[in-house]
Amino acid sequence: MTKLAQWLWGLALLGSAWAALNVGALGLELPAPCRDVLWPLPAYLLVAAGCYALGTVGYRVATFHDCEDAARELQNQIQEARADLSRRGLRF
Amino acid sequence: MASKEASRTPAWSRLEPEGRSPPQNTYSVLLPTYNERENLPLIVWLLVKSFSESGFNYEIIIIDDGSPDGTRDVAEQLEKIYGSDKILLRPREKKLGLGTAYIHGMKHATGNYIIIMDADLSHHPKFIPEFIRKQKEGNFDIVSGTRYKGNGGVYGWDLKRKIISRGANFITQILLRPGASDLTGSFRLYKKEVLQKLIEKCVSKGYVFQMEMIVRARQLNYTIGEVPISFVDRVYGESKLGGNEIVSFLKGLLTLFATT
Ligand SMILES: Nc1nc2c(ncn2[C@@H]2O[C@H](COP(=O)(O)OP(=O)(O)OP(=O)(O)O)[C@@H](O)[C@H]2O)c(=O)[nH]1
Ligand SMILES: [Mg+2]
Repeated sequence: MTKLAQWLWGLALLGSAWAALNVGALGLELPAPCRDVLWPLPAYLLVAAGCYALGTVGYRVATFHDCEDAARELQNQIQEARADLSRRGLRF
Repeated sequence: MASKEASRTPAWSRLEPEGRSPPQNTYSVLLPTYNERENLPLIVWLLVKSFSESGFNYEIIIIDDGSPDGTRDVAEQLEKIYGSDKILLRPREKKLGLGTAYIHGMKHATGNYIIIMDADLSHHPKFIPEFIRKQKEGNFDIVSGTRYKGNGGVYGWDLKRKIISRGANFITQILLRPGASDLTGSFRLYKKEVLQKLIEKCVSKGYVFQMEMIVRARQLNYTIGEVPISFVDRVYGESKLGGNEIVSFLKGLLTLFATT
């Protein structure tokens, strides 16, 4: 099954469960306060997922390592390499 | 002489582990280059340094696609300096793209492991011994460098590029669940037969190619180990990937999402 199909299946499953509970199909009669919460639930979940995504990406951007040391080390090694290679007769 | 030795050795001793050391591994490094005249000698020098210090067997295969800047001339000089057993030149006439450069290089590789890396000094050879250690540790089929884990990171990226990179990675992880944290990086070690199999399977070009390799690897139940790497943005020369990088990334991502 492709990843797309997995997503569609998952969404269809959750969606039909939500719809069934809302309209009280299959004798699944929920008490009124529960139904009031259930009805806008997808919207809440969507907002929560969005916040999670933004939060995670933001956190990861903020904690993305800046490899200053690696860059400095590389610069030094470039000098060393140039000197050594010139000694061995390389024409750059 | 060796056969004489062997015939004199009693049969029982040949069963002992020290009597027969396992065949030594050889690591073939594939370096595709296009206009890397300045970087090539430096990366080769760093590779030689890293391998001499770690003592692993190696060969460096340079696949130059007829660079107009004279990369080939520098490569030939390097071949003379380090010897044609260590530096193998396998040039092609014109720019035919990265994916086919790997296939071309692999045809000529004698090692049982292949290391793929960029020649632009973004990928530092000092990580190769870590890749090899990691591979042995879990007998992994693939070891992938990652900028997104542990001590991994980048240098020379502005905020915008970081956001795009992290955002793209997040979406990819959610949609594809690939089992590896860095899909667009191209600093990896493969068992040779694994790379051969993967290249046969992969259809995409350019940038998406790296991503597809990992996705297919997961499909084929290959194991993937990861090593954090520091990615230093290229110092010399210019990027070959143009402005539609994001568009082609998204296209590739959605294609993989719908087909794998
Ligand atoms: N043989 C060959 N090598 C190529 C070709 N295109 C790119 N390369 C090489 O592949 C490596 C990666 O290419 P880059 O241009 O650095 O791509 P990138 O790393 O995504 O982009 P920047 O690092 O930002 O420039 C470099 O070593 C290039 O020289 C090609 O068509 N043929
Ligand atoms: Mg690069």
